[in-house]
Amino acid sequence: MSVSVEATSVEVASGEASGSEGTASVDKATASGSRDPQALRPHAEHAFAAELAALARQDDRPRPARWKLSPWAVATYLLGGTLPDGTAITPKYVGPRRIVEVAVTTLATDRALLLLGVPGTAKTWVSEHLAAAVSGDSTLLVQGTAGTPEEAIRYGWNYARLLAHGPSRDALVPSPVMRAMAEGMTARVEELTRIPADVQDTLITILSEKTLPVPELGEEVQAVRGFNLIATANDRDRGVNDLSSALRRRFNTVVLPLPESAEAEVDIVTRRVGQIGRSLDLPAAPDGIEEIRRVVTVFRELRDGVSADGRTKLKSPSGTLSTAEAISVVTSGLALSAHFGDGVLRPGDVAAGILGAVVRDPAADRVVWQEYLETVVREREGWTDFYRACREVSA
Amino acid sequence: MNDTRRPGAHDPGPLLLGVRHHGPGSARAVRAALAAARPRVVLVEGPPEADALIPLVAGPGLRPPVALLAHAVDEPGRSAFWPFAEFSPEWVAIRWALEQGAAARFIDLPATHTLAWQGRDASADGTGEGEDPAEAGGGESTGAADSEENAGAAGDRSDSQGVGDAPGAGDPARRVRVDPLAVLAGAAGYDDPERWWEDVVEHRGPGGRDPFAPFAALEDAMGALRERYGAGGHARDLVREAHMRLRLRAARKEFGDDVAVVCGAWHVPALRAKTTVAADRALLKGLPKVRTDLTWVPWTHRRLARAGGYGAGIDAPGWYGHLFHAPDRPVERWLTKVARLLREEDRIVSSAHVIEAVRLAETLAALRGRPLPGLSETTDAVRAVLGDGSEVPLALVHDRLVVGDALGEVPEAAPAVPLQRDLARQQRSLRLKPEALERESELDLRGETDAARSRLLHRLRLLGVGWGEPVRSRGSTGTFRETWRLRWEPELSVRVAEAGVWGTTVQGAARARAEADAEAARGLAEVTALAEQCLLAGLPEALPVVMRVLADRAALDTDVGRLAEALPALVRSLRYGDVRGTDTGALAGVAAGLAERIFVGLPPACAALDTDAAEEMRGHVDAVHAAVGLLAETPAARSTGTGSTGAGSGGAEDGGGAGPGGLRDRWRAVLRALALRDTVAGVLRGRAVRLLLDDGVLGPEEAARLMGFALSPGTPPADAAAWIEGFVGGGGGLLLVYDERLLGLVDGWLAGVPAGAFTDVLPLLRRTFAAYEPGVRRTLGELLRRGPSERTTGRAAGPGTAPGFAPEPDTERADAVLPVLRLLLGLEEDQDEEQDEDPGQGPGRDLQGRPRTKTDDNSLAGVGT
Repeated sequence: MSVSVEATSVEVASGEASGSEGTASVDKATASGSRDPQALRPHAEHAFAAELAALARQDDRPRPARWKLSPWAVATYLLGGTLPDGTAITPKYVGPRRIVEVAVTTLATDRALLLLGVPGTAKTWVSEHLAAAVSGDSTLLVQGTAGTPEEAIRYGWNYARLLAHGPSRDALVPSPVMRAMAEGMTARVEELTRIPADVQDTLITILSEKTLPVPELGEEVQAVRGFNLIATANDRDRGVNDLSSALRRRFNTVVLPLPESAEAEVDIVTRRVGQIGRSLDLPAAPDGIEEIRRVVTVFRELRDGVSADGRTKLKSPSGTLSTAEAISVVTSGLALSAHFGDGVLRPGDVAAGILGAVVRDPAADRVVWQEYLETVVREREGWTDFYRACREVSA
Repeated sequence: MNDTRRPGAHDPGPLLLGVRHHGPGSARAVRAALAAARPRVVLVEGPPEADALIPLVAGPGLRPPVALLAHAVDEPGRSAFWPFAEFSPEWVAIRWALEQGAAARFIDLPATHTLAWQGRDASADGTGEGEDPAEAGGGESTGAADSEENAGAAGDRSDSQGVGDAPGAGDPARRVRVDPLAVLAGAAGYDDPERWWEDVVEHRGPGGRDPFAPFAALEDAMGALRERYGAGGHARDLVREAHMRLRLRAARKEFGDDVAVVCGAWHVPALRAKTTVAADRALLKGLPKVRTDLTWVPWTHRRLARAGGYGAGIDAPGWYGHLFHAPDRPVERWLTKVARLLREEDRIVSSAHVIEAVRLAETLAALRGRPLPGLSETTDAVRAVLGDGSEVPLALVHDRLVVGDALGEVPEAAPAVPLQRDLARQQRSLRLKPEALERESELDLRGETDAARSRLLHRLRLLGVGWGEPVRSRGSTGTFRETWRLRWEPELSVRVAEAGVWGTTVQGAARARAEADAEAARGLAEVTALAEQCLLAGLPEALPVVMRVLADRAALDTDVGRLAEALPALVRSLRYGDVRGTDTGALAGVAAGLAERIFVGLPPACAALDTDAAEEMRGHVDAVHAAVGLLAETPAARSTGTGSTGAGSGGAEDGGGAGPGGLRDRWRAVLRALALRDTVAGVLRGRAVRLLLDDGVLGPEEAARLMGFALSPGTPPADAAAWIEGFVGGGGGLLLVYDERLLGLVDGWLAGVPAGAFTDVLPLLRRTFAAYEPGVRRTLGELLRRGPSERTTGRAAGPGTAPGFAPEPDTERADAVLPVLRLLLGLEEDQDEEQDEDPGQGPGRDLQGRPRTKTDDNSLAGVGT
């Protein structure tokens, strides 16, 4: 928690919502201190400040309380477009329009938004830009991990003050969620399903009652209008800490899809592999694209449960087979070929990696994989080497 | 003329109500306008030949969705449909007229012309709608090969002619021409014309004060369009409109201005236009004609969605029906319906969910600038709130609610459907009279007439018309002979009428039915049975769909047992297909794929089974074994690679070849894996060894070694008994008679079973040996009584000699039977040589090593009987 107590100065109202209205005047830019031009990656609201300003200027539609833009303008900000005065808005999210519309509408109807998707489907990206466009601030963020404590969602204490002066508002260290409630902003929770179930449940009261009691002080923080929450979760992680149905009910769910075409996915994998390869100082593989295409094809086919030509249905294994995993398979294949092979990415280099990614459950997934090998790979032209390599590692 | 009658008056002259077909908003508006104007006659766009059928609409027997079916009398395959749903404005108008005692008439161009056009188009298009010119020229019974396609195409066409006010509805060829709705929608800033129409017309609430205002506005818009685009590239519309004007004139002569017309909005300006009677008559002169019959047929929402096609606006008949019926708050009612459906399917959906879904749908509509949430908004809301973002519940909602299961009904008074005529025609030409008396008929499929009869009976069976019941042939078991038990029950006529929904010819209907059944089939075995029936019924056109479904089901089915059940029927079909000369390439491909999946899944599935499951699995193994053998022999399975067909080349596990021989080799590898795996149930291991032994893949020594292994003292007796059951069970006892070494092993093991365990294994052993023929049992007993001395010495002898056999084969005596054997088996010389090279493994050993047992067999048979 890097937010200092003085800078945020949240007013804890005792059952009186209007008392917190004034806190909106706090200068968030200095509070989060992120307008630093030296920052490796500026926040969305800073990187696209000009676009947001142009949208706000020309936005004459009704805005929900404390929204910086109207829902229409938020949708335009994410999907891109041209404003009446000719300002071009770059698309932030390339994908189905429906998804952005449902997401924005959800926030406008005062419901919490849950963005689901396998890794690498721009969940975090979308949530950041939504928060930036709606509240002008994307920094009210809780990063969910297996070790996220309740304090990260509710509030903590400055123990030096607590010991010196006893429990008081000054000794309270508010969480981003608490600040968002008090100021009517959009809070974000990343990787919600990684957070332990008991900690997740603290969100239930916040989302349904819109209040956060502080029993130590006999007070509570009531959310003011404009408060909302965007959570992201990995939909293959459901098993880790699945949301209780009580919590689930508080969210509208939007699933972000995987890249639509194989070409787009090959592009993503190639680009990422290149970046990672550079940072690991691996030599560039001259003929790698062939194997990358193959890995992406195998992943897509098994993931979608249908062969690329659409003729054969397949069973899907239990693993996620996300784009991110394809990237790691190719990267490790590159490392293999660089250190132990002839520097060219060959079927043998990726076969073991693919097997590891596909066969997560030794019994069921192995059957799936064998069937895939025998019914699809064996007959496919130009895949003989790959088939052999896979048989070798599967045996 | 009677303008003073109502405050919301319409223009003088006939009341012209332009609608979109199957638009619930249009239907509502039509009802309101008719109630306000109270005309004495209602004219509806539709074929005038159907006027006689209108009274049926009032009866309780006719329940929408139904369709008017027009078909050429001599050619049932040539037909057109005018579907009506409850929410179709035309239906509403006719119902209103009948309830109020007003007259109702159809005014479109007679079907006799449209059907004649249809035939002419087909022959002009050549490649066009998949209609075979030979068939159009009066082909015989089998000529109607693609009649269903014709019917479908005809349905589409009639849709854009008779029903589609939006020109271009459903017919891609027309879409390239002017789409007036698209022009209007574009002017209003919409990119989707359907949505524009919904927002502007269909979603208007019933609250409008002036019931005629929407029609007037629409007429103005259409008028402007018609001025600009004329007929919009639909030259035939002019002819149809000329006919409508003539009928309108006739009606006005009779009823004055108390006339209301319900037709596609596109036609309204043309009906309003002032033309002379002579000009209209000139347009209608010299139109081609065919003899046509019309009737009502039951329709379904699914077919409404399909025949209407994408652009007709009825891809969501269930949703439209809901909009039409819901008295108020359509979105709330719809989402409640969805919630109830999901609850029935055990998803947890609370009222709070529904509330949130309604809010989301409404806000979404506002965000998208629509006056009311439409189907897409409610669908998005269902996905995000009720379905947790998943597509699975959505698919259910789409299937059950958005499209819906509604099935129409037609009274018995409706004229005969063309299917009945087609059946009658075929019964005549095949001289197969429907008789109430039961009789048996033997068909020789090599004859053309008998083959056609068989096809007809099989097709009728597919349609649920059980006229003929196949019975097992007496005497001959050849695949070219079929025996049928024929009996025509009166209720079968009803069945035929019901089947009319599937098509207009027996063949077309059977095909459509088979395809629909395949899609709806639950189990894999059902689909394979269907594939078999399709082949028997001579419906290769249906096979692609059935095969696709079959391949999909097989791919996703994780139960090896079900796969194994499916394979034999498939292989049988393959062989039947051969007999009947149908192309079975696709079938072979699917069968080979199925076999591969079984090979992969079988070994894990055989582990850790209880007795019953193992017994069941043994049946599967046997069935697969037989099927693989047949499959490898079927020439149609040649599709991939060369593959060796020789039986002697077993062992090579993966030669990379994918041919049928490879298939057999891979199956043997699977059996070997089964035989050697300890976790596999004993009965299966024994069975696998036996099958390998019978195939000559496993030598007798190896089999004996495995048997000794399985019967060794460490094995639990029950397990060993199961092994024996698998190895020699099911009447396989002769093996023990011939191979005394194996018998010795069994005997030795049995003698060694401790007294306590003996009672446990006794039932199993009894079952095993009770299945043998009495002769075999007696011989076994005699062999055992002969004493162990001979056998033990036999056991002690070298590995080259089997007990009961001389160390060297007596080739002279063996050779004596070779000519006869060769004659019986039709063996060729070269195979014989091959066997000589490999005396230890191939069938050659059987020929040379067992002549003595042959003679034994003869003498034994004498003893036994």
